[in-house]
Amino acid sequence: MLQAIADIVRLNGAEKHFGAVRALNGVDFHVGAGECVGLVGHNGAGKSTLMHMVAGTLRPDGGQIAVRGNQEASYSVARALELGIRCVFQELSLCPNLNVAENTRINHPSLTGFGWRRRAADLIRAKLDEIFPGHGISADDIAGDLSIGRRQMVEVARAFTLTREPLHLVILDEPTSSLDAHTAGQLLSFVRRFVAAGGSCILISHVLGEVLQNADRIVVMRDGKVVAADAASAFDRDRLVAAMGGAEGHQKAAAEARKAEGGALRVRARPVRQQDDKELVARAGEIIGLAGLAGHGQTDLLLAIFSAASRARTGIEVAAPVALVAGDRQSDGIFSQWSIAQNIGIRSLTRLRNGLLISPQREAELAEFWKKKIGIRTPDMNNNIYSLSGGNQQKALFARALGSDAEIVLMDDPMRGVDIGTKLEVYDLVREEAAKGRTFLWYTTETEELDNCDHVYVFKNGRIVADLGRDELTEEKIIQSSFGDAA
Amino acid sequence: MRPEMTAIAPGTLPKASPRGSAARARMLRGLLPALSLALVLIAIAWLNPRAISYFGFNLMLNLAIPIALATIAQMFVIAGNELDLSIGTFVGFVGCVTATWLRDAPLIGILVLIGSIGVYALLGALIHLRNLPSIVVTLGMSFVWQGLAILILPKPGGKAPDWLLSIMSFKPPYVPFPILAALLIAAVVHFGLMRTSYGVILRGSGGNAAALRRAGWSLLKTKIVLFALTGLFGVLSGMALIGITTSADANIGNGYTLLSIAGVILGGGEFVGGRVSPIGAVIGALTLALAASPLLTFMHIPPDWQVAANGAILIIVLAARVLISRRER
Repeated sequence: MLQAIADIVRLNGAEKHFGAVRALNGVDFHVGAGECVGLVGHNGAGKSTLMHMVAGTLRPDGGQIAVRGNQEASYSVARALELGIRCVFQELSLCPNLNVAENTRINHPSLTGFGWRRRAADLIRAKLDEIFPGHGISADDIAGDLSIGRRQMVEVARAFTLTREPLHLVILDEPTSSLDAHTAGQLLSFVRRFVAAGGSCILISHVLGEVLQNADRIVVMRDGKVVAADAASAFDRDRLVAAMGGAEGHQKAAAEARKAEGGALRVRARPVRQQDDKELVARAGEIIGLAGLAGHGQTDLLLAIFSAASRARTGIEVAAPVALVAGDRQSDGIFSQWSIAQNIGIRSLTRLRNGLLISPQREAELAEFWKKKIGIRTPDMNNNIYSLSGGNQQKALFARALGSDAEIVLMDDPMRGVDIGTKLEVYDLVREEAAKGRTFLWYTTETEELDNCDHVYVFKNGRIVADLGRDELTEEKIIQSSFGDAA
Repeated sequence: MRPEMTAIAPGTLPKASPRGSAARARMLRGLLPALSLALVLIAIAWLNPRAISYFGFNLMLNLAIPIALATIAQMFVIAGNELDLSIGTFVGFVGCVTATWLRDAPLIGILVLIGSIGVYALLGALIHLRNLPSIVVTLGMSFVWQGLAILILPKPGGKAPDWLLSIMSFKPPYVPFPILAALLIAAVVHFGLMRTSYGVILRGSGGNAAALRRAGWSLLKTKIVLFALTGLFGVLSGMALIGITTSADANIGNGYTLLSIAGVILGGGEFVGGRVSPIGAVIGALTLALAASPLLTFMHIPPDWQVAANGAILIIVLAARVLISRRER
């Protein structure tokens, strides 16, 4: 029955690689006319990559794309616009230095010549009035002056404005993430009207209720694949969560229960935007997990704790020296011109000093110790850091933190793009160091890693929304809290 | 609930919205260039009332036209988040061409000048395609232009074409020519960059290049256009300068690089983000031209100290701008 609807867009076996990472692994996906497709999945499941492909901003490495039944050999943004496919991207794409009317002009090549300014203003004003009655936005407002919610409203309205190009499909990537309940409701009811009138829509949202209520069909993605696709009525919240998270329950790491209770207090921190009295508490010997969707304030809190160690900050107590293992090792972790030994020693300079100078001998000793301990695979620790593979570079950064005097180690999702063998070695090391009394604060986007933790705090919108002990920790619970509906 | 999101709920909005204050701060900042110009003028009038006259302005603002044109040239690259460190020596090169070939062999002169604009366009393409830092490329080019200028005119000399001399010595009734020219430059560029539909695209390329690409615009083209416009206004600046000084010197424009950057910033522009103002840039150039020597001479500051005093004025005005911008947040 769904096949009976004429396709607007259809992808067959779409593939995309970023280096060694497979962002999309042979995805079949289609949208019919007059249909609202909901697309859900965890961070990094490949939703945005897929949408960039539909919008023409990314070129697939493999597979075909067809629009209205015609194969598109050289698909591009310009071609997509010509065919009436538009996208409201997750990252706001207004020009902050231009006003609302001028931003509308950017999407409409035909708004030109005498009086274009007035026509652009009329166009966007009418659409804003239609979608968000009482929006309070003027066409002369500079985009940069608008609140993030209003900017999102302008961007959504702009995608639905009509000049010369047709309009068949609008991709809405997290359209309500910055809207309050009222305006989000206005938008979703407009989407329903648009779909009822024969338009098509792809709705990506982390608010599962929104998707369940507004989509006709739901596609669930995980690890660059479509894992479930069915009519929306066939899903409920639990089935969606199960499909997203991987229903096959996986083995918990067999970590022996440690007596972490009595340890000395090491860190007590409240996120800046926390409104209730939840706070993060970490004791000596504990491994604390920071979970939730990417970019919901975990890294911010880690950085706040890091700076609180050297300079007092309100709301954060830190009782011991701190070291940070950066997640983005290329930009935040590695000194690219330095040797492996120098990269490890930088956090421990005071101990490596001999008089005023750094003792090369002590530096070499420290490096050699960690080379053996953590298994850095290199013939010579004086080689440049880039002579190592990615996983070994990350090990060197761990050695930098663990080799220092830091009693608190902050880990900002350090295992991104690291192979499983290295991961397991590092997990063992972390547990071993924790048993010796070190405290770990571990932000990770990989739910399995949380099994190494004694305690997990789930973050949403810069706040701690759940506080799970080791025994209550399940993947479903974490997803449930991080996807909790706002209203 | 999320506080900043509930804050935007229509109807619940308090009247003194942050948008209003941001607009106010922006207006204040927009007025700052005019304010600093007025301040410099008042100071001059107070120190030497006779300077505020038709003749006085003609004399004081003599060099303001080429500075304003060079500032506009610089403004175009800054609108695209780039910087041109070669504009000064380019103006010198154009000056040398103007004082020699444009007079002796007008056809070659015109071709060379058009070709130099083409070189600017190519630089824009190169910077975009190879993703090179414009500072490095234009710094290199500044030596190229300087070298070419010295080849053309090894020692000071040459003579401006007569038609150029007569344009630049034009004496309109009532309003001094430099003021008239400044108004004309500001109006033309304001219309072109701020009011036309393609001007929006040019500024947008500095504001959010990714958004523009996603809307299907060619960033290569915007960069080429911005650099070509810089070349065009650089040529106009060099010609205007020679029309005033009547003869050329290979080093004649060297000071213009920093002067033009200062003019853009003084006029309310920003280094990144596509926030520029042609009217502000022209006012900034006039302020700099006045503060550069007439004001300081009237203040009896010895020439040795004038450059330093000039820098001090710049720092004061820019500091005032920073204070206002901070209030904007």
